[in-house]
Amino acid sequence: MGQTLFEKIWNRHVVATLPDPAGDGAGGTALLYIDRHLVHEVTSPQAFEGLRLAGRRVRRPDLTFATMDHNVPTDDRLVIRDPISKTQIEALAKNCAEFGITLYDLTSTRQGIVHIIGPELGLTLPGTTIVCGDSHTSTHGAFGTLAFGIGTSEVEHVLSTQCLSQKRPKTFKVEFTGHPIAPVGAKDLVLKLIGAIGTAGGSGYVFEYCGEAIRSLSMESRMTICNMSIEAGARAGMVAPDETTFRYVAAEDRPFAPTGDAFDRAVQFWKTLPSDPDARYDRTLTIDASTVAPQVTWGTNPGMVVDVTGRVPEPDRVPGYHRKDVEQALAYMGLTPGTPMTEIPIDTVFIGSCTNSRIEDLRAAASLFKGRKVAPRVRVLVVPGSQQVRRQAEREGLHEIFTAAGCEWRQSGCSMCLGMNPDQLKPGQRCASTSNRNFEGRQGKGGRTHLVSPEMAAAAAIAGRFVDIRTWK
Amino acid sequence: MEPFKNHRGLLATLDRANVDTDQIIPKQFLKSIARTGFGEHLFHDWRYLADGRPNPDFPLNAERFKGASMLVARNNFGCGSSREHAVWAIQQAGYRAVIAPWQQRGETKVPGFADIFRTNSLKNALLTVELAEAEVEEIFQMVGRFAGLEATVDLDHQRVTLHLPEELSFHFEIDPAVKERLIRGLDDIGLTLRQEDAIRAFERGHDPQLKT
Repeated sequence: MGQTLFEKIWNRHVVATLPDPAGDGAGGTALLYIDRHLVHEVTSPQAFEGLRLAGRRVRRPDLTFATMDHNVPTDDRLVIRDPISKTQIEALAKNCAEFGITLYDLTSTRQGIVHIIGPELGLTLPGTTIVCGDSHTSTHGAFGTLAFGIGTSEVEHVLSTQCLSQKRPKTFKVEFTGHPIAPVGAKDLVLKLIGAIGTAGGSGYVFEYCGEAIRSLSMESRMTICNMSIEAGARAGMVAPDETTFRYVAAEDRPFAPTGDAFDRAVQFWKTLPSDPDARYDRTLTIDASTVAPQVTWGTNPGMVVDVTGRVPEPDRVPGYHRKDVEQALAYMGLTPGTPMTEIPIDTVFIGSCTNSRIEDLRAAASLFKGRKVAPRVRVLVVPGSQQVRRQAEREGLHEIFTAAGCEWRQSGCSMCLGMNPDQLKPGQRCASTSNRNFEGRQGKGGRTHLVSPEMAAAAAIAGRFVDIRTWK
Repeated sequence: MEPFKNHRGLLATLDRANVDTDQIIPKQFLKSIARTGFGEHLFHDWRYLADGRPNPDFPLNAERFKGASMLVARNNFGCGSSREHAVWAIQQAGYRAVIAPWQQRGETKVPGFADIFRTNSLKNALLTVELAEAEVEEIFQMVGRFAGLEATVDLDHQRVTLHLPEELSFHFEIDPAVKERLIRGLDDIGLTLRQEDAIRAFERGHDPQLKT
């Protein structure tokens, strides 16, 4: 029987099959080799401390890369006023120096959100395994990489051993047939998926996204989709590598990607990775991309989502949720059932995060802001995902479009996606956000988040409310 | 890791589905570089009012749940961020186990806990117990009816027993390798380090950077 993309990568990283104490063969736990370990300041200090306490070293500092992103102020990034944030940033610098790990710190021209800089640096390669102490590590799966988020104990495990003991997940084929009708894009497709299967629908699975809609997407868009796999409960999501992938990896200034003959050999290997025609999946789902409308979340998890043409739902009419769950979500969001989504006013717009802060996202937002103004009393933050994205945007003059429209053009970091830095919502503020989580308090205590695409966010900024960008002028 | 021993304690219920790790431990407490001090911030934004007083409407603040060591919640507990701080906060607030229901959706069995949260919990000997939806509903009912209801979780026999006038027991599944590690309190990293020869042999034939 043929193998899936996931199985091919998994199999070539099994160091050992671990003993199964029950002896019934159902254990299926493998020791898996990790090709790249990405590290940031929030989930690593206790892992490094664990190493010190046990007298252990970092096994492969050459495969370990760190940056600072969660705590970073996006105005004057070199001045961190919060002393606790500052301590955490300094702890990472100290740990990287002590253990010999490459660090892209706040003075680096390559600093940025960990999931943005991995691909930029050529660290993210097809056929490899990547982990990071961050659930959005699934982003890297866009390259045909097995990439997943881990907790601090597992961070310590990988630092010490370059391996993880993992139970093999099941496979879930998500096929997007047809083509999305612009300006519907990657964010809408993945929100549609999460709405369809729920925030736990992918638990225990690895997604493989396929179909003609996926094939025609850029790497940036594929990253947006894979990024949000975890919001459906799947630890990883993958796209088979193709010419689009190879072109991205071959681009200039990817210092860790193979070049010359090594690149050609790598491409030969990468071409063997796509799932075999007779490969079998544990589950499959097909979505017709041509029927997907722009999506807007109304609730407090990413599965609570409707078409922009829809309404805030009645509490007893949301499949997969008990009435009480919906009532709690609507109470927090301050929304009344039956309200058309396009009548919901917003006061804040956040364009950024590891979901949507790549150059393509900024171009899409800028195309709407060009020659227009942000609505009165709406605050708009545009936060590039990395210093490299920021420079590219400035070369293209996008920053001038944003500032002329009345947006704030900021420095790179996680920013208002999770409010661990000064960029936060105040209680009761309502935000159209290109980020990935609309959990209670995620963007600031009492803040209300609606997840949308960059185009939808930009249009909401101009109109002061959500609009259907397919018909809005 | 400390071995997980059979545990008897007070049950507390939180009638919420999709409890995410942002709720369990909000982001402002992730800036610590220590592994302790998270218990008092567990469920911070639900648990405390703006002026810092306990929120009387938050179920776990109820007097009857004081000293509880087993938390019962609804489906998809621990979704969202990979922050292990969520597990540390639950443990440091005195809990030894969390119970949540798996759900049958069509032909699929949807786990009661999010993947990363479950892994993190079991690395710290916080036991995640998955029961059927109807069983968890029964526990909710019984906790509602009998103040001070205690339960015993017996990992060896994979059983949760409610100490009612007539005892009520539920069987739960757990990965045998994980069970063994919990009962013996084995150090996961230490176990992998024993595979040093295999790791070295693997590295000789594997180029993680694809440069050769």
